[in-house]
Amino acid sequence: MSEATVKSRTEAQMSGGDVEKHDVAPVNSAAKRQLYKARVQIYPKLVHGFYRHLKWIVLAITLGVYYLLPWIRWPRGVGEPSQAVLVDFPGRRFYFFFIEIWPDELYYVTGLLIIAALGLFLATSLFGRVWCGYTCPQTVWTDLYIAVERLVEGDRNKRLKLAKDPWTASKISKKVTKHALWLIIAAATGGAWVFYFHDAPTIFPQIFLGEAPLSAYLFIGILTLTTYTFAGSMREQICTYMCPWPRIQAALVDAETLQVTYKTDRGEPRGPHKKGESWDGRGDCIDCNACVAACPMGIDIRDGAQLECINCALCIDACDDIMKKVGRPSRLIGYDTDKNIARRAAGEKPKVQLFRSRTVLYAVVLALVTGLMTWSLLTRATMEVNVIRDRTPPFVVLSDGSIRNGYTIKIVNKATEARDLILEVSGAPDLTVSAIGEAFEGAKATITAAPDGVRSLRIFVTTAPNRSLHATFPLTVTLRDPVTGETADSPTTFLTERR
Amino acid sequence: MAEHEIDEHSGVATTGHEWDGIKELNNPLPRWWVWTFYACVAFSVVWWVLMPTWPGISGYTKGVLGYTQRATVAKEMAALNESRSASMQQLDNVNTIADVENNPELLQYTMAAGASLFGDNCATCHGSGGQGGPGYPNLNDDDWIWGGTFADIKQTITYGIRSGHPEARFNTMQAYGRDGVLSEDQIGDLVEYVLALSGEQADPAAVERAAVTFEQVCAACHGADGKGNHLLGSPNLTDAIWLYGGERATIYATLKNGRAGVMPTWAGRLTSDQITALAVYVHSLGGGE
Ligand code: HEC
Ligand code: HEC
Repeated sequence: MSEATVKSRTEAQMSGGDVEKHDVAPVNSAAKRQLYKARVQIYPKLVHGFYRHLKWIVLAITLGVYYLLPWIRWPRGVGEPSQAVLVDFPGRRFYFFFIEIWPDELYYVTGLLIIAALGLFLATSLFGRVWCGYTCPQTVWTDLYIAVERLVEGDRNKRLKLAKDPWTASKISKKVTKHALWLIIAAATGGAWVFYFHDAPTIFPQIFLGEAPLSAYLFIGILTLTTYTFAGSMREQICTYMCPWPRIQAALVDAETLQVTYKTDRGEPRGPHKKGESWDGRGDCIDCNACVAACPMGIDIRDGAQLECINCALCIDACDDIMKKVGRPSRLIGYDTDKNIARRAAGEKPKVQLFRSRTVLYAVVLALVTGLMTWSLLTRATMEVNVIRDRTPPFVVLSDGSIRNGYTIKIVNKATEARDLILEVSGAPDLTVSAIGEAFEGAKATITAAPDGVRSLRIFVTTAPNRSLHATFPLTVTLRDPVTGETADSPTTFLTERR
Repeated sequence: MAEHEIDEHSGVATTGHEWDGIKELNNPLPRWWVWTFYACVAFSVVWWVLMPTWPGISGYTKGVLGYTQRATVAKEMAALNESRSASMQQLDNVNTIADVENNPELLQYTMAAGASLFGDNCATCHGSGGQGGPGYPNLNDDDWIWGGTFADIKQTITYGIRSGHPEARFNTMQAYGRDGVLSEDQIGDLVEYVLALSGEQADPAAVERAAVTFEQVCAACHGADGKGNHLLGSPNLTDAIWLYGGERATIYATLKNGRAGVMPTWAGRLTSDQITALAVYVHSLGGGE
């Protein structure tokens, strides 16, 4: 059941003056909340103004980043992917411009998520649900889908009418056009996703030639479906029923948080206003419902902060427009705090309190974590050595009475160029080392490590020819880059007949 | 059938089932569920036609696609062998160990192939790491009975030792005690002599008494200095590395009854490529000459 069928056709009921009262009900307001109620379709009306502008800009930037990022090239050298941002599952690497993360460094991703969470905490405690209102993919794509819908079917009133119209050829063609455009956007969304996991210029033609891997088509399919349904039909239901964030955010905002707010102290008592009537003894709100008609969530901002409100600020633009028409100051709805409403009511000056214990705390923790992550990223080891002892046999006695132990050494080179590294084994003065294909001088050799890879080398460590000389002793394998001076080592044991 | 009561809130009839005052409404199944069910039914009919499905008395319906898991495995095995054959063929041209060691890719492949072949064929006797055991030589050390060059090892693996193959490596030490060639006393002295050769504690008087016997009887194979001979497969007795064991009783048993350990021939059981891979692997265990 659409709200249009409930209401009469007289959209242009005059509420007084030059402003018409919108025939619209806040279908998702708390008063109308009901279990098992069928969803009522919302037809948000287009608004113009500062925030609508800002949102178009944010939409262009976020979509631009999403679609274009995988196409940025970043040469890394021969045999290395030259895509700036790439999640390489087969090669088990994550590339982000100059950063290359190995699977054992996944904690950087964890750190990134922590930073994102703290950033969100900070932003929310300062400015309310700015993430939801401007940058959340659900908001961005829904905004885009509504823009397409408006382009094809017209603004609110035309869409309301179209919904009630019989299925004429024109209606069918409009619906087909709209859904086709939606599907194209959805497929492009899924398509761009895959570019983050493959070399974009390579897989782009492959997708169309049917040569891309099955997983690519699977993900394009899944994301096409979710984009199409989430932004096309489910929209506000995703935010209200599926997303956990609205629940968490209630704990992050306080009375000093700037949120999209209807200033009750200024607006009430509300009521229709005829041109020329006095504004004395009444509020500025002329109850025109422009804010409700603009709301994509189907609520009335004048009911105060509520779970459904994503703080998209479109009602601010809607109301400002009206205020200008009736000659009252703008921002009857605006970014404001609960405290300020109370302050004004008590005759005090309103103020914005950005430094509060919670915002300072979030900022400090955020700075700490970000600093720690950056520091560890900048000083992270570019090489590693791991040693695995031979188990069968634990040691071998040779015919001259010397004792030999075998080890498999894994040399990790995270640099993007090949390196000559000095490998040295220490633990006893008389050790000699040998390995197939490597020239050891005593217990030392220069080993070439291929770029961005792990090299495995089997070495034999032998004592002087006297089997009773040594009891089992600790052994250290050290790797040193003679150019940078960086070292890495790994401890192990040398087993002999005596424990 | 009794009339079911109508639920006052929803206007839907109840099924008549009630638990602690909670009544079940007789709502139709959700449409998406019903359609999924129909789709599954349709799918299974198509499946019966295409794939092997129904068991019968003597066999089963084969399906028009002719799919079998056995054929899939056979195909995968063929593809695997195909992918391996290039590297395996390279092993045909390997004559010296350097041919492999100077080719890092081939070396890596050969070591992997050799390790897996060793586990399948040799580990039962020589141990999983080639560490050996009483009667079965340790292949990691540099104490070779029949020689530790790549060619020696390859020959040993191919034809075996006392395996009955005409080309097999062959030599037998007599059962000196059982056959009555040497007396108990002589054998007792020789045990001390052998221990002394390896630098172990031994009775000096016995060692002196045995010196002549060793020279006359044993040196033919083990050499005057006791260092053995690869051509004869007679072990080095001076390095304290034992094939059967360095205890007095074990050495006594060796001299009294002889040993003649058998290593099977692998010619005919393994391909020459596989034997090459094994020889490279054994050579690389650390003692290769
Ligand atoms: C049935 C047990 C058995 C199996 C299986 C076996 N070997 Fe042997 N192998 C022996 C014995 C016993 C000897 C020592 C014979 C002797 O007394 O000279 C030996 C000796 C050897 C030697 C010579 C050692 C030396 O010091 O000269 C090599 C090399 C060898 N084996 C390799 C292999 C390889 C490779 C395989 C797997 C393809 C294998 N063996 C499988 C029992 C076996
Ligand atoms: C015909 C050659 C030959 C003669 C002569 C000979 N041996 Fe041997 N000996 C061997 C061979 C071959 C083996 C390897 C054991 C086997 O048969 O598997 C061996 C093994 C041994 C071993 C065991 C080594 C170990 O590591 O466990 C001892 C000890 C030994 N010989 C001592 C003697 C002594 C002492 C004499 C003299 C009485 C002697 N041998 C004469 C060929 C000979």
